Amino acid sequence: MTATATHCPYCALQCGMTLERVDDRIAITPRDFPTNRGGLCQKGWTSADLLSSPERLTTPLMRQTRAAPLLPVTWDEALDRVAADVRRLQAESGPDSIAVFGGGGLTNEKSYALGKFARVALRTSKIDYNGRFCMSSAAAAGNKAFGVDRGLPFPVTDIGTAHAILLVGSNVAETMPPFVQHLADAQRSGGALIVADPRRTPTAQSAAVHLQLTPGTDLALALGLLHLAMTDGYVDKEYIADRTTGFDDVWRRAVTWWPERVERVTGVPVEQMREAVRLLGSAERAMILTARGAEQQSKGTDTVSGFINLALALGLPGRPGSGYGCLTGQGNGQGGREHGQKADQLPGYRKIDDPAAREHVAGVWGIDASELPGAGVSAYELLDSLGTVDGPRALLVFGSNVVVSAPNARRVDERLAALDLLVVADLVLSETAARADVVLPVAQWAEEDGTMTNLEGRVLRRNKAFEPPPGVRTDLEVLSGLADRFGCGEKFPADPAAVFAELRRASAGGIADYAGVTWERAASTGGVFWPCPDESHPGTPRLFRESFPTPDGRARFVEVEHRPVAEDIDQDYPLYLTTGRVLAHYQSGAQTRRVRALVDASPEPFVEAHPELALRYGLHEGDAVRVTSRRGTAEGVLRVTETIRTDTLFMPFHWSGAGRANSVTSDALDPTSKMPEFKICAVRLEAVPAEAVQHDVAVS
Amino acid sequence: MTRVVVVGNGMAGSRVVEELRARDLQRALDICVLGAETFPAYNRILLSSVLAGKVTVGDIALTPEAWYEQNDVQLELGVTVARIDRTARVVIASDGRTFGYDELVLATGSRPRVPTVPGFTDPGGDLAAGVSVFRTVGDCERIIAGSASAAHAIVVGGGLLGLEAARGLAGRGVAVTVLHKAGHLMEKQIDDLAGGVLVRTLARLGVDVRLRGVPIRYDTAGAERFIVLADGQHLPADIVVIAAGVEPDVCLARDSGLDVNRAIVVDDRMRTSDPHVWAIGECAEHRGTVYGLVAPAWEHAAVVANALTGAGGASYAGSAIVTRLKASNVDLATMGDAHLEDDETAEVVRFVDPVRGTYKKLVIRDGRLTGAILLGENATVGAVTQLFDRGGPVPSDRITLLFPGRGAATTVENPAHIPDRATVCRCNNVSKRAITKCWLAGARTVAAVAGVTRATTGCGGCRDLVAGIVDWMAAADPDEQPDVPALVTLAVS
Repeated sequence: MTATATHCPYCALQCGMTLERVDDRIAITPRDFPTNRGGLCQKGWTSADLLSSPERLTTPLMRQTRAAPLLPVTWDEALDRVAADVRRLQAESGPDSIAVFGGGGLTNEKSYALGKFARVALRTSKIDYNGRFCMSSAAAAGNKAFGVDRGLPFPVTDIGTAHAILLVGSNVAETMPPFVQHLADAQRSGGALIVADPRRTPTAQSAAVHLQLTPGTDLALALGLLHLAMTDGYVDKEYIADRTTGFDDVWRRAVTWWPERVERVTGVPVEQMREAVRLLGSAERAMILTARGAEQQSKGTDTVSGFINLALALGLPGRPGSGYGCLTGQGNGQGGREHGQKADQLPGYRKIDDPAAREHVAGVWGIDASELPGAGVSAYELLDSLGTVDGPRALLVFGSNVVVSAPNARRVDERLAALDLLVVADLVLSETAARADVVLPVAQWAEEDGTMTNLEGRVLRRNKAFEPPPGVRTDLEVLSGLADRFGCGEKFPADPAAVFAELRRASAGGIADYAGVTWERAASTGGVFWPCPDESHPGTPRLFRESFPTPDGRARFVEVEHRPVAEDIDQDYPLYLTTGRVLAHYQSGAQTRRVRALVDASPEPFVEAHPELALRYGLHEGDAVRVTSRRGTAEGVLRVTETIRTDTLFMPFHWSGAGRANSVTSDALDPTSKMPEFKICAVRLEAVPAEAVQHDVAVS
Repeated sequence: MTRVVVVGNGMAGSRVVEELRARDLQRALDICVLGAETFPAYNRILLSSVLAGKVTVGDIALTPEAWYEQNDVQLELGVTVARIDRTARVVIASDGRTFGYDELVLATGSRPRVPTVPGFTDPGGDLAAGVSVFRTVGDCERIIAGSASAAHAIVVGGGLLGLEAARGLAGRGVAVTVLHKAGHLMEKQIDDLAGGVLVRTLARLGVDVRLRGVPIRYDTAGAERFIVLADGQHLPADIVVIAAGVEPDVCLARDSGLDVNRAIVVDDRMRTSDPHVWAIGECAEHRGTVYGLVAPAWEHAAVVANALTGAGGASYAGSAIVTRLKASNVDLATMGDAHLEDDETAEVVRFVDPVRGTYKKLVIRDGRLTGAILLGENATVGAVTQLFDRGGPVPSDRITLLFPGRGAATTVENPAHIPDRATVCRCNNVSKRAITKCWLAGARTVAAVAGVTRATTGCGGCRDLVAGIVDWMAAADPDEQPDVPALVTLAVS
């Protein structure tokens, strides 16, 4: 057996690795790829464990009625059932009675095929995906400012050349460990790292300046930093005049956010803000990078705009070794948001309400543009409407575990239960799959070919190393099989290379133009950065050097104003809860909670609290505690740490059941991106009564 | 349509107009704002930055004239109001123009107090050449113009504004002396110990402070201008900036018969004794308090906007005041009853380091922070301010409010001091124990340890630490001969 060069199945760094079967086990070797340069975190090293996991699903499962158990069936029985139910429901309630939910871990081909399947085979507008919970705020703000949304508009290796880096709401040391090499490069050559985070995370601990702000006040911080940039003389007026529009309106807001006012709102001392601005403003090369901490807020879009405004005021975007970027989370979080999984989008990052875009894509799909549905609703709105009077009656889920990952999860439980039909394609029986009427076992990353677009906008190839277990099909085969039953199977090839070829044509001329990225070029060393409009085009590692893809070629300052969080603390719910990830687990944990070494490393849900807070509540390290919001409760083991603010608790969101953090989180949405406010809600903290703890132990 | 007239286009007046429009999306209100200055609304807070030369007057505009057009608000600049006819509900300008209203908002602010000192004013009652107050853009421009050729400046008044002015002038290279009549600086906000530390800090920045310094004459007759103090001293004074406090501008209100105490008396909705007249900002007196800062004025603006648009919202219960001195290289925050000393009901926690210019004081009552002074090194100011604002419980370990904790960021120099269970490689969850076990099993290099444990193979940040542990093991156990080939052992030794 020869070794197969491919990429890690998890985050958007898409670390290069090699897979090889040695005797009866699979050996993973890190590759020297630009993003990871030979590094892998524990998730990457252990990623092959899941290939041979006894928990793999190898046969479709189906239940005859909601009360009946899931039982093995043949593929034909499963797909026939889905097709029959879909036809019946659509006959009764129209095309939009069927909804589709995708994921940011799906390959470009799957994302593309899923969007096409919804619009062409099902004729439904109701499609969205879990990237809405991930990248949507940064995407919206990027589009507003630059006319394009590519997470990093420069190769990740440029970060190592920066002299000052501001990371906002990002804990890369745990969420994207090999990425830290690039920060370390910058630091080794004297560059300063500034981290804004309510927690003193491992990332923040490595920073020169840690701005430990109050949860939900990132936008006030952005306004304050811009204010200081202006008053301390770091604003690049020439750049503003030559390359941007709208500064005056933005300044008119920022002028009211003098640093002492910002200090009172954020809790960040003026002198720290001033130092951060000095470091950024005096650096020849400086970067501002945001992540979920800033974005998963009910004002996430405006918050990102606030930081983009700061970057523009300092003259960073388009300057060598400088700029604004967002750190994409999910493996194909970038590609997954470009090719039509989003409610309002068509492939190539086209808008579904743009007549020219509809004509183009309908042409590629061989249908009339009038047959294309219009824009649907966003992920949480979609979940929230399931089984309601006018809402969808069936949901098809690919590559997502919404029961664990969506906010206000008890509401999501309730809505899923109200469906006539829930279909889930997954590799294991995830919490969402366990609630399904039909479960379709699908292949995983090393068992199929595909392309991914990583956090840099680099289109790269994942290569098949092994055959999937017998009984397992690829997502593309599933879609093809279903499309057959709707009479349009010829439009849904199961061969990823064929789907990619079609995707290239569909994306041609769009913002995210893949036309020149051939299947072979994607596999070449280093992949290809979009836009790449033709095969002779080298790709575009760096955007904005000459101009911005806006109508006038200028970047746009976007006027934003700070506003409070959707749910502030009060007497009944006196603490903030913020959520996030730990190193050993990935997203809903459907994969990583099934890898022994990762479970050993991080076995159970926990709640972080400051020693002062623990003391005040009479709680101790290791106590079972309960966090309660207006929506629900979540339990975990108390971890006492000085790295968190005294008014804030932290819980990772990887677990289900009693430890499900998202039972507590808020479903307040950003008005533009529809991003839920995962990062802040008001809670109270208490010990779990002793008898309840014993009960849980007995059950497990 | 309800006609709202706002008198005053400063930070309170301009704010209430914006707050009204933000709530009045249907444009049911017909809004008119009258400003005495000819300059559109600007951020007065930033005048000290203008004086310090950090920004220009053009940079500090709050609401451009275009905004008023876009938002259909009548803006009248350079209009001085002569009187109010409350019976007819008309505002009469000094040029004779009249502005009828249904609801009237007074945001007339304050005017600087000018001490009666010979030489400060000319025979006409105007400020004499070289003398300025520090309130408006015009004042600021006058001071800047004067400072260009000035070697010595005198600032009269060592309160917040005076010190900001002094610091700004010192930054322009002018030798500055602050005359302060009380026994210590900012005596309303800070105690005498803090005042003493502040004097030293200012001295280092080129600002000389004369406590109990009372000017009795400004002598401009000769070639050199100077101030004569009560004790007979003569101080050179090419320019004089007066920052000796302000008085609420209540003439209009008083003349029109509204209830006026120190300022215009308002209720919890900011309504005056006339139900159709409201007052906000520095000209308003709420429950006996007159506020001289922007934050309360903006709270007032929101309260009035809620009332006039029927938007509901809480009534006004007063503002917690946090005062921050905005002068570069002087970090001072003060809040609440900061003067209090230990007594039966209050606990005072204090740290003083006058040489380094640090003074920290917390006043705690019933487990809550009711006052604080933080001067100098100030890393906890954000936490202290939020605790004060929210009335949250004070940490049992008070020192955490004075000095920042280091969190978990501890640097271990000696591998021997790392606990066995401690994680050395976070990316691959490798403890020190796992590395030492691996070494004992024969892995004698970082690469060998990495090959077995995967330590160092993630971000690589622990490479030095792992190397340190490998070296430490070798040094600690030089004689132990593990089960490795002899050649390797020889090479190691």
